[in-house]
Amino acid sequence: MYQQIVDQITARVMAGDWAPGQSLPSIRELAATSGVSVITVKRAYEDLERAGVISTRHGKGSVVSERPDHARGLLDHHLDLQLTEAAATAARLGLDRERLHQRLDAVLDTNPDAPLRAASASAVDAGHPPATTPHSRKGTDR
Amino acid sequence: MTAAFVLQGVSKHYPQFSLSDFSLTLPEGQIMGLVGVNGAGKSTLLRLLTGLAAPSSGDIEVLGHRLPEAQVAAKRKIGFAAEDMRLYRGQTLAWHIELVRRIYPEWDSAYAASLLRRFDLRADQSVGGFSHGQRVKALLLLCLARRPQLLLLDEPTTGLDPVARAEVLESLAEVLRDEHRSVLFSSHNTHDVEQLSDSISFMHQGRLLASADKERFLDEWRRVLCVGDVPDALDAWPELVQRRAAGSQIELKFRRWQDDLPERLAQVGLSVQRIDPMTLEDIFVTTVRAGGRQ
Repeated sequence: MYQQIVDQITARVMAGDWAPGQSLPSIRELAATSGVSVITVKRAYEDLERAGVISTRHGKGSVVSERPDHARGLLDHHLDLQLTEAAATAARLGLDRERLHQRLDAVLDTNPDAPLRAASASAVDAGHPPATTPHSRKGTDR
Repeated sequence: MTAAFVLQGVSKHYPQFSLSDFSLTLPEGQIMGLVGVNGAGKSTLLRLLTGLAAPSSGDIEVLGHRLPEAQVAAKRKIGFAAEDMRLYRGQTLAWHIELVRRIYPEWDSAYAASLLRRFDLRADQSVGGFSHGQRVKALLLLCLARRPQLLLLDEPTTGLDPVARAEVLESLAEVLRDEHRSVLFSSHNTHDVEQLSDSISFMHQGRLLASADKERFLDEWRRVLCVGDVPDALDAWPELVQRRAAGSQIELKFRRWQDDLPERLAQVGLSVQRIDPMTLEDIFVTTVRAGGRQ
């Protein structure tokens, strides 16, 4: 539940749904609406504050940090943890560095929904002016 | 810190059952889940807190009132619901609502109306025809709409279907909005109390086995799988609560987890395969099994 709260808030901040400086619901309010204990929400807020995603002014509640790149930093950290875990599992399986790289590539290649395509494709995407991309996507949806 | 209730060295002796030397505090504004198997003494504890039973010894203070002496004043601010409570079978829910409203001036009619809708109950139906789930929700409505400062609920989710259970837990979550209201609710099921509770208390055979912030419980316990020969000295480690063979591996359960424990295990010749956090249910079962030898 704790991780869910952290993920939700981080996702909203990264997506821009919650703008820098915007007030967050109070701890009790969020606990009541999400049906999660006060202590869990409180801990999630404390960790988000430590990571710089939100900031709390005494008596005024919490607001989204003016530096939204902190949310990215938190996800970055999360990815590092997951990769460290994957590396540990690979070590138990006796896989070397090369094999682990191959396995990661295999996951990316076999999952058609994976947002990460081969490096060349994303480079092309980045080259387009941003406005054209949504148009072309709409076209394929129909 | 203001306390919703304080129990100090409380004992209650019945011919077949004793609650012994029970000390527990619930800070104001918190939700506490009380977990124990059937017969652990959860109902006895709740009856002591409502003033329905007097302790054999020890001190009980509820919302600043000493029990049982000041129970009249305390009861005005306590809401108590237990599944074995009876309603008047031949009367409608509306009749019960009117009865409670006349006794308690704090009765909130708008809140009662919204709970009726949420619980999908009909006020004009006589309660004799209610299902178990409807009866539980009716009791809870009669309790919640008084907006009591301390809610004491004995197994509010037991025997409910998943939809009714969610409705009951959501209505409890709303109580969280007010920082002066507190809840103690019991269950034999850790899943029911896990999500909403700030703190969790485990009881077994009339004794309090453990009580702590939920997050601390989850932080302090770890399950470790390792391989190697178990040295005899390991059983003397105070952090080790349970040890058993799992195939060729050894499963160890630790309370008061320290980050240096994997290193210490390696030093005594055990190779750690994996370390996992434990679920509250696993923590509860392990605590009960270890209960006799703390």
